[in-house]
Amino acid sequence: MNEALTLLSFGPEGWGDEIAWGVVVTVCLAIVTLPFGLFLGFLIALAKKSSEPSLRLAANIYTTLFRGLPELLTLFLVYFGLQIAIQVLLKMAGFDFYFEVNSFIAGVIALSFVFSSYASEAFLSAFRGIPQGQYEGGYALGLSKGKTLRLVVLPQLIRLALPALGNSWLVLLKDTSLVSVVGLSDVMRQSGIAARVTKEPFMFFGIACLIYLVLAMISSTGLVRIERWSKRGDTAR
Amino acid sequence: MISANPATGLKRPPAPPRGWTKTRILGHVLMALWIVSGAWLLYYLAINVASPFVLKYWPEYLSGFLVTLQIVGLSLLIGAVLSVPIAAARASKWWLLSKPAYCFVYFFRGTPLLAQTFLVYYGAGTFQAQLEAVGLWGLFREAWFCVIFAFSLNTSAYQAEILRGAIQNVPRGQWEGAAALGLNKQITFFKIILPQALIVALRPYGNEIILMLKGSAIAAIVTVFDLFGETRRAYSRSYDFQAYIWAAVIYLFLVEMLRRLWDKIEARLTRHLIR
Repeated sequence: MNEALTLLSFGPEGWGDEIAWGVVVTVCLAIVTLPFGLFLGFLIALAKKSSEPSLRLAANIYTTLFRGLPELLTLFLVYFGLQIAIQVLLKMAGFDFYFEVNSFIAGVIALSFVFSSYASEAFLSAFRGIPQGQYEGGYALGLSKGKTLRLVVLPQLIRLALPALGNSWLVLLKDTSLVSVVGLSDVMRQSGIAARVTKEPFMFFGIACLIYLVLAMISSTGLVRIERWSKRGDTAR
Repeated sequence: MISANPATGLKRPPAPPRGWTKTRILGHVLMALWIVSGAWLLYYLAINVASPFVLKYWPEYLSGFLVTLQIVGLSLLIGAVLSVPIAAARASKWWLLSKPAYCFVYFFRGTPLLAQTFLVYYGAGTFQAQLEAVGLWGLFREAWFCVIFAFSLNTSAYQAEILRGAIQNVPRGQWEGAAALGLNKQITFFKIILPQALIVALRPYGNEIILMLKGSAIAAIVTVFDLFGETRRAYSRSYDFQAYIWAAVIYLFLVEMLRRLWDKIEARLTRHLIR
């Protein structure tokens, strides 16, 4: 027991600080991905509910693509593809040096693609829950299309989309572990290193699992709070 | 052909012309981008279909494909069998059964599949002595077995939730109606509740199959040469990016086929519900 505590302590012989740093990286990756994914997902949902067939088709191709590819493969495509693309561009511009893509940035891009295609489904089904009269009411008050969307529809949309978006967030949190495969020092990678050095794989991977569980629990409590906040108008009635 | 109203003799006005609105332009531009990249991809695949890379590695891809199917099929099957007692325990009124089942499901749904696979594959070494004592060490040394083990437990947790949700979703009146007809609980469950529950569960089950197929790429990280594992090996040997492009095409094709097949199955099985 004492031995295990030493291994987990913060300091030169313990792995606590390394793993704690990994938690920070994991959480940062998920939080940085979130706004990009949400924004892209919202735009795609708008495209999917548009009356223009070509726009709908374009958006549907996007989601079919990123929901059909394994997340790990998407990540590898982005990580290596981006590297090759930048290399080619540099060569064309006349520079000749080796360029390595940051695994954090590749992770944000790949996870944004995946997250946005799931989030767009959440937004789309939320859009279906908003009656046409809300738009008409907005136009009748003289609000422009953009303003109606922003001031009348969006606040209700968030409330309707929250449960599905919360699920997507939990999936995103779990998917961040994949980025450790391309070398990001997140929880998974740090505990993997600790497991290899200390030869205590079960303990360290068990701790990694528990950390993900705790992150999921914290998220769930947070999501319940946000949901309650978004429904504060309902309870007042 | 309605050319004129017979009562008034008036012609119907022509449909207003569809102008080039901003959204229409945007839609066409985006579609053009997709079409150009799709055509480029087809061209790229066509010129590489007999390239040295493909000629050298296609047998590996084929064997990887078969390993992927094997892993996914076996895990889903074992998971389905395991999910029944877990779902039963989870729905049980006895907390000694329901609490552990809840924890099992929460753990496997709340942690990444990658972490679970690592926990089984690397963590098994910690229990080498105990596993040797019961004669299972030989199995846990195999990455393939560890992957099936971890994936089966993972999918059993998801499938148990699907099953439980679907069964509890059947209205209570169905139970009461059957009881009023004098059917016992067992017959009620198998002949009345389960068929209705499975129809509700069809869609989530289909999603779970696709999720498992996509998740199975993780097996490659623990040295199993499934489709993704073979892809990584081919890339590390050739440094040819088409390794990943072929894999993407195969996975996409597989998932899309599966999705359409599942839609067909669902339409067939629910045809009596269409009014």
